[in-house]
Amino acid sequence: MADNSKPATRKAAIVGGNRIPFARSNTAYAQASNQDMLTATLDGLVARFGLQGEQVGEVVAGAVLKHARDFNLTRESVLGSTLAATTPAYDVQQACGTGLEAAVLVANKIALGQIESGIAGGVDTTSDAPLAVGDDLRRVLISLNNAKTVGDRLKALARIRPGQLVPEIPRNAEPRTGLAMGDHAAITAKEWEIGREEQDELAVRSHHAMAAAYERGFFDDLVTPYLGLARDNNLRPDSSAEKLATLKPVFGRGEGATMTAGNSTPLTDGASAVLLASDEWAAAKGLPVLAHLVDAQTAAVDYVHGGEGLLMAPAYAMPVMLARNGLTLQDFDFYEIHEAFASTVLSTMKAWEDPEFCKEKLGLDAPLGSIDRSKLNVNGSSLAAGHPFAATGGRIVASLAKMLHEAGPGKRGLISICAAGGQGVVAILES
Amino acid sequence: MADWYSNFAHSGFGTTVTKQLGLPRPGVLRRYEPGGPLLEGPAVVGSAGTGRLRDTVTAVLRDAGVTVVSPVVADGDASGEKLGAVVLDATGVTGPADLAAAHDFLAPAIKRLRANGRVVILTDPPAAADSPAQAAARQAVDGLTRSIGKELRDGSTANAIYVPEGAESGVAGPLTFFLSGRSAYVDGQGVTLSAADVPATQDAAKPLAGKVVVVTGAARGIGASIADVMARDGAHVVAVDIPAAGDSLAAVANRIGGTALQLDITAADAPQRLVEHLKERHGGVDVIVHNAGITRDKLLVNMDAARWNSVMAVNLQAQLDLTEALLDGDVLNPGARVVCVSSQSGIAGNRGQTNYAASKAGVIGMVRAWAPTFAERGATINAVAPGFIVTEMTAKMPFGTREIGARLNSLQQGGLPVDVAETIAWLSQPTSAGVNGQTVRVCGQSLLGA
Repeated sequence: MADNSKPATRKAAIVGGNRIPFARSNTAYAQASNQDMLTATLDGLVARFGLQGEQVGEVVAGAVLKHARDFNLTRESVLGSTLAATTPAYDVQQACGTGLEAAVLVANKIALGQIESGIAGGVDTTSDAPLAVGDDLRRVLISLNNAKTVGDRLKALARIRPGQLVPEIPRNAEPRTGLAMGDHAAITAKEWEIGREEQDELAVRSHHAMAAAYERGFFDDLVTPYLGLARDNNLRPDSSAEKLATLKPVFGRGEGATMTAGNSTPLTDGASAVLLASDEWAAAKGLPVLAHLVDAQTAAVDYVHGGEGLLMAPAYAMPVMLARNGLTLQDFDFYEIHEAFASTVLSTMKAWEDPEFCKEKLGLDAPLGSIDRSKLNVNGSSLAAGHPFAATGGRIVASLAKMLHEAGPGKRGLISICAAGGQGVVAILES
Repeated sequence: MADWYSNFAHSGFGTTVTKQLGLPRPGVLRRYEPGGPLLEGPAVVGSAGTGRLRDTVTAVLRDAGVTVVSPVVADGDASGEKLGAVVLDATGVTGPADLAAAHDFLAPAIKRLRANGRVVILTDPPAAADSPAQAAARQAVDGLTRSIGKELRDGSTANAIYVPEGAESGVAGPLTFFLSGRSAYVDGQGVTLSAADVPATQDAAKPLAGKVVVVTGAARGIGASIADVMARDGAHVVAVDIPAAGDSLAAVANRIGGTALQLDITAADAPQRLVEHLKERHGGVDVIVHNAGITRDKLLVNMDAARWNSVMAVNLQAQLDLTEALLDGDVLNPGARVVCVSSQSGIAGNRGQTNYAASKAGVIGMVRAWAPTFAERGATINAVAPGFIVTEMTAKMPFGTREIGARLNSLQQGGLPVDVAETIAWLSQPTSAGVNGQTVRVCGQSLLGA
């Protein structure tokens, strides 16, 4: 007899999304905290789908750069939003994979029937970044706090030295290598012989595609203005290969350096959120189902000692997920490969085309093959929008779900996001 | 927004000064509060000629819990109980001689009218009269009502309802509106009813319960106020505004438990997107309020094409296109209501606003022309024409212009966004089915364009 006590798994529906426009570091959102931005983003989502006072199953979000006081960032944001105060929430953090991972976590609980609806999101600010005091000063301050007598306090204070007052500023660098992420990407770009021109071309396409998408109203139900910003302020509709060619390389060294501020994402502030649900929950609320989250896979590479590039993990995650779903890399209508750097997108695609890499690193008999470029990042990606680390996943999931919905039923979309620490997350959506 | 002059005029010193100098003493208007009484005192009902609506009027008043007292005789005692409303059924007038009875009834009754009182006169439309004499008598009601409006003080208003044969069932809705605080800033107006299938009753507390209402331009000002009032009356509001206003739009939607739809209504695919949204999310729509509007003021001789075209596109063409799409898209629910926002400028004209006034006059023509089509569907389309409404926009006007603009009406003050919203919400009610193709001014009986 079949066991009916547990529901069979079901695919979680993506109902829609919301994000605030992304802002380059220290511009429009210089005074906004992660909690401010995430709360505003949740409220925009609530307004779009009429969720005022609603208790959704769970809100899952995170930030990469986080103040110690924000230990309960998502829950605090929920409490500040118009969602029911009884909505549970938790934080996740998987570097640039945070947003997509949050969506996967929510989707999995929906798939298991543990929740009927949920919101996945992410937020990051490099403007309102946390500063930490050095370990020396920290120890002094802790003993000061523990001191019971005036004498002990004075003794503790006497240990403070001017040098200890310099704060530790968070850097976009790998703790184990000391290299900036861009410098890591530059190593990979060199290995895969990714040229300057093709990187600039990808960047220009991203700007043009996103500007066109804004013009035709594609983002009307995906973005809500915030603090006077109605569009991403990194977006350059008039970007051109000629203009980008004038920029000097900022990552990598010497003659072969190809990575500039134009073909790399800048530090960015912003937040995004995606509403997921069971089909039944969406139908009961009269809400649309744009697409379903079919599957996801994470992978990690040993970039420290293993000789693999820091941002190449998605290349490894992809064949595992494709095999599990009986799909080839060509079986998709849209590809969303996060543009951390133009060279990352190009290196990843080149790796999938390379028989040697696919055989030796991925253990495949034949290469995964090439991607139809006309289906890649068709409404622009991170080079145009900017990349608030944890918010990028939500931006991509909501946009891709809408693209699939517009294209009609049965269309497939692929997401690939690289993350710090040598990690990667890939996912399949289907309308 | 505080009316500093009104506050001054009602202060101890201000009372002395304004009374001695004969300065305007604007009344503090009685505005609708859910659950409040229809009137603040008893009503008196009278007739001129042998009318057919006196019983209907009396029933409406009694159903609303109003005490109906006997008509006051001409030399009656003016010191008796103050009246909340005076209603005259003049459907029986056959010629000017019958109007003497109107005078006999109204003069002593209005003398006993309390502050924020109401005078409502009902007659037949002059055009449908049997004789020139009857037409003259019915038309006379117009001049009579308007003049009473100008004579009344302390927030009291006078309005007329023209009721053709067969439209009697539609009287309750408009009569209740004119008596209530919802019509605080509607004065000196006439509404002509048409025969329609009018529900006998509606939920008094939540007349729009279960209705899906679209409000364009809902992010701020009058549009946000319309959204508030619609939600208060029970509607689910789909708040629409341009994407760039999305943050304040979301705040409005979240305040009232509605939904936000960021949409540039002038975009080529806007009508289709609105129809799809309404079908997908709500299965249809009951009310659409075309409130979105812009001004791009310049003297005609200095006006460039961009100013002209953008105003026409938002204020008039978008209203036409969206309405057409709703009609064609099979998305209007039975008993649907379309309410368009026109403007006093569209009636009176305004220097520097040729584009705006033309667009807003166009709206009046549009609702009149579309009314028969809507009537066939059991639906209605009407317009409201706000006069001087105190908003963030008027706050930026030069002091003199603003103060003069606000006082040039019978109520001697500017209206509030909520006054426009209440009138629109009334036109959206089920019992307003007999009001179709009309333009109702919300202007405190402005001198402009009257």
